This record gives sequence, structure tokens and C-alpha cells, in this order.
Amino acid sequence: MIEFILAKYNYWIYITLMMIGFYAMIAKQNLIKKIIGMNIFQTAVFLFYISIAKVKGGTAPIEWEKAVRYDNPLPHVLILTAIVVSVSTTAVALALIIKIYKAYGTIEEDKILEMNK
Amino acid sequence: MSISQHFPVLVIILPLISAVLIPILSRAKKIYGWYISSAATFISFMISLSLLRTVHVKGKISYWMGNWEPPWGIEYVVDYLNGYVLVVISFIIFLITLYSNKSVDKEIPEDKVSSFYTIYMLFVTGLLGMIVTGDIFNLYVFIEISSLAGYALIAAGRKRDALIASYNYLILGTIAATFILLGIGYLYMMTGTLNMADLRERLPALYDTTVIRTAFAFFSVGLSLKIALFPLHIWLPNAYTHAPSVIGALQAATATKVGVYVMIRILFTVFKPEFILEVIPVAKLFVMLSAVAIIMGSLLALGQKDIRRMLAYSSIGQIGYIVLGIALANRLSIMGSLIHVLNHALMKGGLFLVVGAVIYKTGITNIDDYKGLGKKMPFSMAAFTICALSMVGVPLTAGFVSKWYLALGALQAGKWVMVPVILISSLLTAIYFWRVIDAIYFQGHEVSGKIDDAPVGMLVPTFALATCCILFGIVASVPVNITNFAAKMLIGG
Repeated sequence: MIEFILAKYNYWIYITLMMIGFYAMIAKQNLIKKIIGMNIFQTAVFLFYISIAKVKGGTAPIEWEKAVRYDNPLPHVLILTAIVVSVSTTAVALALIIKIYKAYGTIEEDKILEMNK
Repeated sequence: MSISQHFPVLVIILPLISAVLIPILSRAKKIYGWYISSAATFISFMISLSLLRTVHVKGKISYWMGNWEPPWGIEYVVDYLNGYVLVVISFIIFLITLYSNKSVDKEIPEDKVSSFYTIYMLFVTGLLGMIVTGDIFNLYVFIEISSLAGYALIAAGRKRDALIASYNYLILGTIAATFILLGIGYLYMMTGTLNMADLRERLPALYDTTVIRTAFAFFSVGLSLKIALFPLHIWLPNAYTHAPSVIGALQAATATKVGVYVMIRILFTVFKPEFILEVIPVAKLFVMLSAVAIIMGSLLALGQKDIRRMLAYSSIGQIGYIVLGIALANRLSIMGSLIHVLNHALMKGGLFLVVGAVIYKTGITNIDDYKGLGKKMPFSMAAFTICALSMVGVPLTAGFVSKWYLALGALQAGKWVMVPVILISSLLTAIYFWRVIDAIYFQGHEVSGKIDDAPVGMLVPTFALATCCILFGIVASVPVNITNFAAKMLIGG
């Protein structure tokens, strides 16, 4: 059992991180903290993609001569795109938070909801 | 090498290029932003029509991006299903763009208009890209392009509530997109491919594995969140209510419809119908959820005071209809769903455009304040009435055709319980629209001062949509034939 857990440790880390991020996105009242949660959530998925690319005994695909096997480079490339998406989402979210702060004078969600009533 | 060979990619490239051109050219004159957007969306619509014709004459189109052979390269596929959706969506987008000029001038600060159109065209790029792509990771990228542009556009609303509505949509939209990304990762992990057609070949052997089922669960939740299926709808009413009127119309008429298209793609093309019907009977769950969505959407719409919020809740009910047809998974019900994608886009687009015209002229959003508008704005209100009748599903309007096919599909699937659900919801729809129509025509005119009808530039697109609502109710054979081909392709028979 322990071996099973240890052998797949990066997947466990990815799930733990994802749940931490997910929790922060839902439960936190502070808008910035939600965005931090969102970043953890997305980074966890990146970790998952990088993990599935690993081949046992594989090296980087640039060492043609020495390598017997090399890791699958495609998930790395995919995740580069997803990182760009994540950065853009964060940028849009932060821009929104600045505008929200200017309009409401606070970034606590419960206070904003009260002011909207 | 003729240019028509590149149509599948040009349909997205044009809006993308225009998004780059707008900030440069509209420095000279502000109105160029609108000219360019209208021209680009018009050409996209024409290309879509030509693509659908090619599909009809020659069969499925497969376009290899950069001439890399699939499944290694990215493939763009146009068949009956997405050819049809592409025509519908690009047509609506073109009409809304035509309409947008005056409304945007009024609601967006002058120095922001060119950035508004830039983001608008990026939004269009994302939507059209989601439709034509045949590569599942490319699909994710387009989902994010359209969503990110969508958040920014909603935040452009005049009141500060728009900001918080956009923020909540961003959080939920990101959860949805990240779930879809995870689903794609799980599929890739098991099959080693990202091409949809290739996935379809390789997946059946793996249907019993937990990984594939987990992937499917992530797709289901992510997509349901994107299309605002009932319990996951909380982002939608605020987003539609506080967005600028043009964006409210665009989101309501196109964004969720494209989400529904993606759902059909994943459920029937990437996975096979057997998977959702037999391997894990998730179709049953979707039938129940959609029934709840149909009833709850209509019930919640009853209690609203703001007309845009009423239309937004009504959209949630209509999404229920479309998902119902998908989940029943027979030829007639899928035809019903696909026809309803067209009809709902026409009707809801038309209704939101009228609401936008009223906001442009008077600033009124409250249903009670609509009193007497029938005399002040006769043409707009006539269009509103036609679209409302079609929403109810009165015979000879488009709404009747799709409800008819959905009911037939429900009977064929043996789910006769769904027929009264459709009827009750139609009744509720009639009640909440009656409140508005009653205020418009049958109550004294309390709107004081001189108000004339909306400018011609706004009336023409609105009437085009209203006319289509009647046209496709009488000449229903056009959408019925095309969706028949699409449904046959999806599930055979």
C-alpha cells in the first residue's frame, strides 16, 4: 500500500495541490486570495501534465546520441500553452480586482455583496 | 491552390486579423472599428455558408493546419454538424455586430470603443475556433480565448455590479476550463493522441478503465458549468444582466450555444453514444438535470423585475431543452436540440436586441416601466412580441418546430414524462412573457416625454432575427433537413 502511494507520489501531490487551490477559490472571501487559489489549482494541473510525460529512464529529447529513451516532449509543449492561458487569466483577474477596488473601496467579497443589495 | 481550400481556417483568421487591425486603424477614425468588425463578421458568415455548401456537395472537409498530416498535426474538420452550427453562429454574430454601433457608442466611453471592438473580435475568433477545430487541445485553447475576451467584455458594463459579475464568471469559467484541460490530459495519458477522430477510434477499447471514466466526469462537469446547466448556472444571470446590451445579446445568443455544440462533439464524436447510454448511463442523469433546468429556469424567470434578468433565467430553461434533446440521444431528439440551438439563438438574440434598443432610447430595464412602450416604440415592440411568441412555441413560429421534435424524441425514447415537462414550461414561458406584453400594449402609457422608435441601424438586425423566427417556423424544412443529416452522422439510423 505504502509502496503504491510512494511510487505515484507526484500524482498525490498534484491532487493535494489541486484541492488546496479549489478550496481557496470557493471558500476565501478575499478576491486576491481567490486568485492565488486559482493559480495553485492551475499549477497542479501543469504538474499532472509534466508527470504523464515522464518515461522511465528517459532523458531530455535533445540528447540524441546518448539517449536510449527520451521523455515525451508533447505534454511539455501543451503545458506551455496552458501556462500562457493561466498568466492571461491572472492578468485579467487582477485588472478586474483593481477596478473593483476603485469602485467599491474593498476587495472582501461579503462586503461587496452587502453593498450591492 | 485556390483560396476556397483554406476556408476552414480563414473563417477564424479573418476575425483574428481584424482584432489586430482595429486598434491601429481606428486611431484615424473611431467608426473604423465598427466597419472592420462588420466586414470581417460578414465575410466569416459568407465563408461559413460556402463551407456548408461544400459539405453538402462533397462531404466532410478536413483541413491540415500547416499541411501536417493528422493525427500529428492539428486538423480542422467541417461536417454537417459544425457546418450548420458555424452558419448559425456567424449569422447571429454578423447581425449583432451590425446592430452594435449606436449602442456601443452610448454605453462605452469614447476612448474605449476601439479596445472594445478589438476584444469583441477576439471573442468571435474564440467562438468560431471552438466550432471548426478537430483537435481537442486546440479546442481548449479556443475555449479560453473566447472566455477571457468574454470576461473583459462583461466587465465593460456601465454599473459597478458588472465588475463583480465578471469576476465571478472568471472564477467559475476557469474552474470549468481547467476541468476540461484535466479531462484532455487523462484522455491523452491513455491514448497518446489529441485528434478527435483518432480518439474516437482508440477509446472504445479503454471504456472500462477508471481513467477514461474520470476524464468523462471532468468533461461533463466542465462543460455543464460552461453552458450553465441548472445547478451550475449561478454565474449566468448577473453576467447577462450587467454586461453592455450588445454583449448580453452576444453571450446569450452565441456563447452558450457553442458550449452546447462542444458538448455534442465530446459526447457523440469523441465518445460514442453507447458510452453515455450503456457503459456509464450518464444520459439518464442529464435527462433529469435538464428537466429540472427547464422547470426551474422558467419558474425563476417568473419572479424577476429586471427584464434582462428574466431573459437570463429563461435562457437557463432553454439550455435545459437543448441538453434534454442531447441526453435522450435518438435521431429526433438530437434534431430537436440542434434546431433549438438555431431557434434559441434567433429568439434570445432578438429579445436582447430589443431590450438594448429600449435601454438606448430610455434607459429602462424594469418590466413595470415598459408600460405604454407599444405606442412609443411600435416596431421594436412588434419584434419583441414575435420573438416572445416563438419562445412560447406558438405554431407557425420557429420555437414550435424544435419543441415538436423534442417531444417526438422524448416519446421515441420512452420518456413520455418529458412531454408534460415541455408543456408546463411552455405555459410558464407564456406567463412570464405575458407580463411584459401586457405592460407594453394594455396598460396606460406612463412613459412621458417624446420617445420615438429605435434608429434604423438597430431595427434592421432586430427585424432580421424576428423575421427568421417566423420564416423557420413556416419553412421549417431547411433546418430540419440539415439537422437530419447531422443527427444521422452522430448516431446513425
